[in-house]
Amino acid sequence: MSNTVVDKSKVPWWVSNVIVPLVNLTLALLVSGVFVFIAGENPIEAVKLIIYGSFGYIQGFAYTLYYTTNFIFTGLAFAVAFHCRLFNIGGEGQAYIGGLGVFLVAINLSFLPVPIVWLLAIFGAFLFGAAWAYIPAYLQSKRGSHVVITTIMFNFIASSLMIFLLVDVIRDTNQMAPHTVKLPEAIWLPSFEAFSGILGIKIRYSPLNLTFLLAIASLFFVWFLVWKTKWGYEMRAVGHNTQAAIYAGISPHKNIIIAMCISGGLAGLLGVNEILGVSHKIQAGFPAGYGFTGIAVALMGRNHPIGILPAAFLFGILYQGGSEVTFEMPNITRYMFVAVQGLIILFSGALENLFRPQIESFFVKRLNREVSA
Amino acid sequence: MEFLSDIASLINSTLRISTPLVFAAMAGIFAERSGVIDFSLEGKMLMAAFVAAVGSYYLGNPWLGLLLAILACVCLSMLHGFASVTHKGDQVVSCVAINILIIGLTTALAAAWFGQAGLTPTLNEDQRFLEIHLPFADALRDIPIIGTIYSDILSGHYVFVYLAYLSVPLVFWIVFKTSFGLRLRAVGENPSAVDTAGINVFSMRYKALAVNGVLIAFAGAHLSTAVNANFFREMSAGRGYLALAAMIFGKWHPKTALIACLLFGFTDALQIRLQGVELPAIGEIPVQLIQAIPYILTVVLLAGFVGKAIAPNAIGQPYIKER
Repeated sequence: MSNTVVDKSKVPWWVSNVIVPLVNLTLALLVSGVFVFIAGENPIEAVKLIIYGSFGYIQGFAYTLYYTTNFIFTGLAFAVAFHCRLFNIGGEGQAYIGGLGVFLVAINLSFLPVPIVWLLAIFGAFLFGAAWAYIPAYLQSKRGSHVVITTIMFNFIASSLMIFLLVDVIRDTNQMAPHTVKLPEAIWLPSFEAFSGILGIKIRYSPLNLTFLLAIASLFFVWFLVWKTKWGYEMRAVGHNTQAAIYAGISPHKNIIIAMCISGGLAGLLGVNEILGVSHKIQAGFPAGYGFTGIAVALMGRNHPIGILPAAFLFGILYQGGSEVTFEMPNITRYMFVAVQGLIILFSGALENLFRPQIESFFVKRLNREVSA
Repeated sequence: MEFLSDIASLINSTLRISTPLVFAAMAGIFAERSGVIDFSLEGKMLMAAFVAAVGSYYLGNPWLGLLLAILACVCLSMLHGFASVTHKGDQVVSCVAINILIIGLTTALAAAWFGQAGLTPTLNEDQRFLEIHLPFADALRDIPIIGTIYSDILSGHYVFVYLAYLSVPLVFWIVFKTSFGLRLRAVGENPSAVDTAGINVFSMRYKALAVNGVLIAFAGAHLSTAVNANFFREMSAGRGYLALAAMIFGKWHPKTALIACLLFGFTDALQIRLQGVELPAIGEIPVQLIQAIPYILTVVLLAGFVGKAIAPNAIGQPYIKER
């Protein structure tokens, strides 16, 4: 191990940012294949089903992009906080509360012109998500309580709070199940079906909607914010070396709060996709694990928007293709894909240096040989 | 006398509910005292619950199930060590990975092997741990006070309950009175000094993680082969995190961590009793609020409104040996 020390400046960017992550992803998927085998199904067949389910027909592909939308939001949410060295594990709860923000704004202001309702609802989602992240951020920076534990606790608390609200306060009293009334149809976000007519494609129902563009815009927003603004610089400085940042006159407290609030806000935007775009009502447990998947997406995408887009797409494929697998293979449930997420976090996060020295030195040696030859 | 027996049964359930927390907190002390963050208590507890239930279902003996659970948890601890000690990966990321992996894997395998609901088969009396009735418990019940304490509070628990409370002085002795414990604490405070003294930092951390794996396995087995007779999806329900909070609140010390665990256990026992009860002046508290009490309590305790917690100095930092 120790004899493979590589001069970092000689390693081409594509080796450390493309080859190494791909090797790690491959390892995670190979181990996943072993799990599928233990569960009593054929891994190769499962891969075929995943590819067919996510690309094989237009509706499936629309579903893939719909999942991608959610993962872009939660992936960005984790990444922003991570640049300040904060582990925001609370994306799940922030998304849940963000959904409440969307719904409350949309149902109360539905008399306003449509695009304004949308903008206000997006703002509501961001604000509610941010507010839910504010408390753990404050406790981390002022009281030193570890943000991982508090955000996890806030996931549990958000779930209790939302179920209380859905059962006792905002439930659609004509229904037995705990969910709200539907929003008026006039303010629903246009779905992919509406656009597909223009493009000349006929498609039955798909959950893909205008929020996808909001997600793409968020990628640019985060890139600009983190790498092109003074605040982004300060935040990364705090994350990289808090003592040095303090010495440079940067307030860790302020940056921790801002980073967590933006992170929570981005997670909250998931509510726009789910409530304004797809189900048009709040259902119990609608974030359905997307918040946790965001961790895997961000770590795989190396916490950069350019990496998060393909990582979110890959998880879109896994989710949509995965539902095809669970439909066809009785022994595979959606929890198998939760395990796959865990493996991806393990190999592209915690074990990211497993083969990095070997791979880097391999490429550096090869490139040197080419230069000298 | 109604009141007295209410109190007795409340204390009885506090002892039972705190048991997995106590094991987990003691496990956490070993890992974190050696300088390795362990948020993966939750995942390991779930893994132990799954393995113990499945193992004892197939092997017909809960002790064999426990043994397998210990093996599984030590393996997970070694995985955590491999990622965060050997490869110097991020310790928190490693824990999050283990937790998510285990939530998925246990439920996926339970569904694949035993049907879509993700439950393992119900264990019969031979396959699970039964309550232990201390000698003369029935005979002594009628003696006032002592009889209540002996028969209604101390007697009639699962073996894990007794083991959990025995583990606290044992952990205290190991961590504070043995040379192993001294090295353990030193590795967590100042690894380079320990290295200079000729002690292998990496092997100390691996040893600490191995003990951590053994202890946390008891917590999981308690859940699936004692209080319940099967494994179900996400049955650890955040207990690993509660225990960690209790450990931090207890300042990485077995005795104070025990008190914090009992406090959590007591609130949980109380919340079960409060459900559906009309309180004077307040009325009935919504059940969701009551269920959220342990989580809210965790946040409040961690916020350190009751004193500041100081972590081992080198916690979370991988040790890099200088050459």
